[in-house]
Amino acid sequence: MTALIAALLIAALLLFVLWALSAPFRRDAVVGAPGDTDARRALESAKEAKYAEIRDNETDYRTGKLSDEDFRALDRQLRAEAVVILRAIDELAARTSASSV
Amino acid sequence: MAFAGRVALVLALSVALYGIVAALYGARRGRRDWVDSGRRSVYCLAAILTVAMVILEVAFIRNDFAYNTVANTSSTTTPLLYRAAAMWSSQEGSLLLWVWLLSIWASVATFITRNRLRDIVPYATSVLLGFGAFFAMLLVFFDSPFAQTHPAPTEGAGLDPLLRNPSMLIHPPMLYSGYTFFAIPFAFAVGALVVRRVDADWIRLTRRFALASWLFLGIGIVLGARWSYYELGWGGYWGWDPVENAALMPWLLSTAFLHSVMIQEKRGMLKIWNASLVLAASTLAIVGTFLVRSGVLNSIHAFGASTLGIPFVTLIAAMTAGSVYLVVSRRGVLRSEHSLDSMFSREAAFLLNNVVLVGLCFVIFWGTFFPLISEAVTGTSAAVGPPWFNRYTVPLALILVLLSGVGPVIAWRRATLANARRNFLAPIGAAAAMAIACYTVLPAHSSIGAVLLFCAAAFVVASVTQEFWRGWRARRATAGESAPVALLSMVRRNRRRYGGYIVHVGIAVLFIGVAASSTFQHEQTVSLQVGQSTHVGAYTMKYVKATGSVVTDPNHTGATMTLGALLRVTRGGHYVGTLRPSAGYYPASPIVPGQVVASLISGDAVDQIGLQSSWRRDLWAAIKPLGTTLPANGTQLPEESLVNRADASISPTWSATTQLYSAYWELRAIAAHYVASPPPASFTLIASPLVMWIWIGALIVLIGGLTAIWPAPSALRDRVRARYLARVAQELGRA
Amino acid sequence: MTPPRKRQVRLVVSLTLAVVLAGGLMYTSFSAADPALTPSQLVRHARVGTDVQLTGTVVKHSVRDLPGGAVDFALADRSGGGPTVEVAYSGSVPPTFRVGRELIVTGELKGRTFVAQPSSMVTKCPSKYSSAPSAT
Repeated sequence: MTALIAALLIAALLLFVLWALSAPFRRDAVVGAPGDTDARRALESAKEAKYAEIRDNETDYRTGKLSDEDFRALDRQLRAEAVVILRAIDELAARTSASSV
Repeated sequence: MAFAGRVALVLALSVALYGIVAALYGARRGRRDWVDSGRRSVYCLAAILTVAMVILEVAFIRNDFAYNTVANTSSTTTPLLYRAAAMWSSQEGSLLLWVWLLSIWASVATFITRNRLRDIVPYATSVLLGFGAFFAMLLVFFDSPFAQTHPAPTEGAGLDPLLRNPSMLIHPPMLYSGYTFFAIPFAFAVGALVVRRVDADWIRLTRRFALASWLFLGIGIVLGARWSYYELGWGGYWGWDPVENAALMPWLLSTAFLHSVMIQEKRGMLKIWNASLVLAASTLAIVGTFLVRSGVLNSIHAFGASTLGIPFVTLIAAMTAGSVYLVVSRRGVLRSEHSLDSMFSREAAFLLNNVVLVGLCFVIFWGTFFPLISEAVTGTSAAVGPPWFNRYTVPLALILVLLSGVGPVIAWRRATLANARRNFLAPIGAAAAMAIACYTVLPAHSSIGAVLLFCAAAFVVASVTQEFWRGWRARRATAGESAPVALLSMVRRNRRRYGGYIVHVGIAVLFIGVAASSTFQHEQTVSLQVGQSTHVGAYTMKYVKATGSVVTDPNHTGATMTLGALLRVTRGGHYVGTLRPSAGYYPASPIVPGQVVASLISGDAVDQIGLQSSWRRDLWAAIKPLGTTLPANGTQLPEESLVNRADASISPTWSATTQLYSAYWELRAIAAHYVASPPPASFTLIASPLVMWIWIGALIVLIGGLTAIWPAPSALRDRVRARYLARVAQELGRA
Repeated sequence: MTPPRKRQVRLVVSLTLAVVLAGGLMYTSFSAADPALTPSQLVRHARVGTDVQLTGTVVKHSVRDLPGGAVDFALADRSGGGPTVEVAYSGSVPPTFRVGRELIVTGELKGRTFVAQPSSMVTKCPSKYSSAPSAT
């Protein structure tokens, strides 16, 4: 009895593995999505990181770890960097929508 | 069924190897479908290993002694929960647990990154599958958990009584989770270095995983210390044993990483440090895994020589060589974007933090491996003891605690005298107040080291409180929220920062406990007769009476006989508490016919500590009811002659059950005799201040860690994003 | 000094400092360490007067109680057989002490007896991580 269960288990495992991993061999896979989604996500997380930096900067200033001029200079610089990222995101969006037309 | 298990392991190995090839091929040829197949191999590996785990656990639960590993570590008399836990008490079982945990975490990591870091993921996947393949190979070719003996023995060797406590259930899986989790930041670091991309995205991902491994490993280390203190009979929580050190070293390096990665995020500095720290921490995690099972070093955990030495050393050498190669060849990408502006800055403090932590790790590494080093250099193996470790780690730990108070409040880039005054006045004042207190109110000045540590801890608590206060005040001013809401929302908006601050407080509290309990402890090992007292520090402990009990337990699940003492503790004449230490005598396996009574109590004896904890001090007592030592097997049996007489009175012609129950009856008489006229017993008595602060500090660290790792709610993120979006858009319009 | 030069100097200074400190640490460790020996090694290179960390297995029939909680026993190499060393021990004895168990004691060889430092005994956890089935 246990031998039968064991045999069924082995068979099930083998079939599962074959089914899960054989996609490239069956060649019915979707062509790789454009790398643009990866680029977009990279930009999105860069943007979020930049916003976190701006926020952190403010907190540091309020808790006395930055002098006034240091804070203002850094704040300006960080926001400018955020603008650059936002522009890049817009450009990417424009390019993708243009290419899908 | 064992055959199915073996097949599963072979399948796991094949799937892992396939996945490596598929992922790498897909990465080289830019074929998404091959990379996805490689990623799916990770999920398959987890599924297959889960099946193997289940097969093995079922064998343990069903007491299938045909399995060698079940026969060696479990028995029909082992309670169910411990039978399940016995699975990982053997080498082969623990390897399976290790690789199963690895496959689970790898699946989680693969799922989280299913749409991100597309260029890094194939290489990270191959590295994770590489680890899986290595351990699967060990299980298939070197030490299989599914090895069987036919015909199957009818009884197993049983789980050692020392391991039969709840910590055994939690400590190994927790430590293993910590160790295996390190594979993930390692894999993604290797991947990032291979494709030369160590940017914000990689940092965010790696930091989360590193924090998780740090948390798990930290919990494992603290649980180990607790086990040592509460269960083992020496009254300490840290002995600089190689296996303790093996877990501490990767933890120290990952602490360094978690800090210095902040500098990389903010200023693009310390990139080489960060890459090296991640790779080194993970390599040390593998070294730790190897140490615990290798027999290479003299340790309380080390066992007979293992056959796995060569494969592990090969893996460690490969990881080290690969890491060095990657960091050196990619040093262009790891160049700093900025340089240090001043030695008095947050960046410098974090850099010093790195140096101290790496220094600590080096000291511990050197001391741990010294027997091997000295053997290589001088030909004799020599060991350094706790005094050597303490001599070098204590000053470094002191600097570390101090830094953990400086870091949160020091300014970025360049700390001027003005903002130094603003930020450090209160913390320095607190430290000074503590110093005064040490010399006046608390009489704690006998050790300058302890005083310095208390002052440093006061410094930390004050600086963190100042940070919370200022942040809270600012939040109330800008957001106009009520007091408690402002505090909560402040922490929620910046979990990493405030979680980190909480961790610092926890560490300070923990070190206060360590310093106080090691410096001001009073310990005695003394032989007492009933009615005698002894002094331990300011406490008087009196051996009031002996205690004894016998449990009729034909299934032999626990201690048969327990002998102990009642100690009355007073201080200055006032009653403080009662301690009840005892020693539990377990049955030997198997029961020897003709010596049933002796067999019932000549298995291992286990200390049951008498303990009274308060936040101010711990009173700890262990007892060894003296008796004669059986020369034959060296066990100390109380009342040996009585035991022999009892055995003589049980006729071997009686049925086994009758013999057994008679033996219990005789044992009861012996226990009663012990209680009535006990011989002198040997006690180890300790009065130690502030031990509880260690566990409380660890709990605070856990809370802080969980706060830091908790993801911010997305709604909050969106609201914040929208606000900043608007403000940045304004400038966009202006630009 | 230009910034890159300053960085170089800082790097060199800190590396030198690190190397010197590490060197000091490594040097002192050799004098601070106790040789770790097995009974057969101790018998061969009888080092009288220096502290030694002795590791061995408790020999059958060798355990003797003494008044006051002291205990004498003999240690042999893990592989069994070979010369044994008599140990005079006092202080706390872990409850896992028994014949056949491997343990570590620190002390020095005085004459023919190894006098252990009080409470320096560490018994090893019973064998579980070996590939071969354990004997205990």
